[in-house]
Amino acid sequence: MLTLTCPCCGIRAEETELAPGGEAHLKRFGPGASDEDFESYLFARKNPKGVHFERWRHAYGCGKWFLAARCTATLEVFGTYKAQNPHPTPEIVAAIRAKRPDWTPDWTETSPAESLTE
Amino acid sequence: MSANPASKSTGRYSVFAIAREAMRLHSGWKRAWASPEPKKKYQVVIVGAGGHGLATAYYLGKNFGITDIAIIEKGWLGGGNTGRNTTIIRSNYLQDPSAAIYDKALKLYENLSQDLNYNVMFSPRGLLMLAQTEHEVRGYKRTVYANQLQNVSTEWVTPERIKKMLPIINIDGPRYPVLGGLYQERGGTARHDAVAWGYARACSAMGMHIIQNCEMTGIETESGRVRAVNTGKGRIECDKLALVVAGHSSVLAEKAGFRLPIESMALQALVSEPIKPCCDLVIMANTVHGYLSQSDKGEMVIGGGTDGFNNYSQRGSWQHVEETIRALIETFPMLSRLKMLRQWGGIVDMTGDRSPILSTTPVENIFVNCGWGTGGFKAIPGSGWAMAELVAKGQPGPLAADFGLNRFREGRFIDESVAAGVAH
Repeated sequence: MLTLTCPCCGIRAEETELAPGGEAHLKRFGPGASDEDFESYLFARKNPKGVHFERWRHAYGCGKWFLAARCTATLEVFGTYKAQNPHPTPEIVAAIRAKRPDWTPDWTETSPAESLTE
Repeated sequence: MSANPASKSTGRYSVFAIAREAMRLHSGWKRAWASPEPKKKYQVVIVGAGGHGLATAYYLGKNFGITDIAIIEKGWLGGGNTGRNTTIIRSNYLQDPSAAIYDKALKLYENLSQDLNYNVMFSPRGLLMLAQTEHEVRGYKRTVYANQLQNVSTEWVTPERIKKMLPIINIDGPRYPVLGGLYQERGGTARHDAVAWGYARACSAMGMHIIQNCEMTGIETESGRVRAVNTGKGRIECDKLALVVAGHSSVLAEKAGFRLPIESMALQALVSEPIKPCCDLVIMANTVHGYLSQSDKGEMVIGGGTDGFNNYSQRGSWQHVEETIRALIETFPMLSRLKMLRQWGGIVDMTGDRSPILSTTPVENIFVNCGWGTGGFKAIPGSGWAMAELVAKGQPGPLAADFGLNRFREGRFIDESVAAGVAH
């Protein structure tokens, strides 16, 4: 059974306490966006076999949304972090790299000011 | 094409063949399909030797005379979702495009054993979808009316009639009383392995190459067209490439450089110990996420809902098994006394509207057939039929026309997610 530690309340929650919320870090496209962007925002998912970043909600706990880094091929959990982060935190990246040396992030690092890692 | 392509090389299966082999200690049976090494080039390469891939190859040969085909398979033939489903066959869908392709599949299933000269054990025992909420009553009545317009015969049945049809059912609730049901007399089950094996044998007899244990590792493209695929058994050139792999569709699409509106999730099933015949219908209870039928061996075959998160591991979460059983026990109290023998999972490719994708792609000569989600088995012959036309002509025929990838951009969903609930 999947066990994730909620970064908001610190409780190690098992799957029955949690509600999955799909791919994390989606960039929202709204009115005025091109058809391609809007379609990919709504439907085109990475659905990777391997490292994946997801939204979860601690539904039967503190009720807060958070993000998790997981491997979809082995069900390994690399870590969880707060939903306000625009990208996975450096700690998460380090945890993934330790176990998956070949893995490379597919985002470009933004300035530290933009990140809310506290 | 001859009525039965399998007759050329593997020998026709018949009562006379059984008698003949009985006299000589079954020494004359030949392998049902060949295991050749791949050639350098094929006209069509199909990735995925499950039901859909093999059916695509079969109808390419039968309907379009294209037999220079390789079907490459990462694992073993029919070892993915084709061998992991609960074998339910029905065509009582709400939307017209769905009803058309699933009913085509059902009609082909009705004659498939004869067509393939291979007993797929199609058993049209009748299929009943239970309505256990007022919402479902309205939804299924609507489906019955829609089916009448689509020339798919289904009917609405009362709880009293359901109790007569199926004495083991508890229609009184208390939490989810049975309020009626959507009944399709022509629905039923078939032997899932036999469907894959039968198609494989017929494909092999037509001279197609089924190459197992051969994972596709890369796709070579040149100016927007695929030239070759790289596999565990070397480079194979092709004029056309068909990706028919269910759970791993996104992984293959990524190799070809495009994304699909698909998420891969685990779906589980389980079977009980064998018991005497007690249930001669296929029952689906979508409110409580459970479906049930009895196999020819006597096992109760039970399926549930998918897990909610992306997963490629073919292992599901324990609590979904518990939820499924807990829900079914209320409606079928006798199940509580059964031991469960086996439980397994498969990876299903879910689209946003819970309808499949049969489509051209951004790469000119690559075609995809995926997104069947939790309900692919029942569609195998129809899916192969429509996919063969798509691959042969380069554009979809009437059955596949509405299932293109562009429907997501254009908002033309074939929304079965509401109509079918969760279970397929």
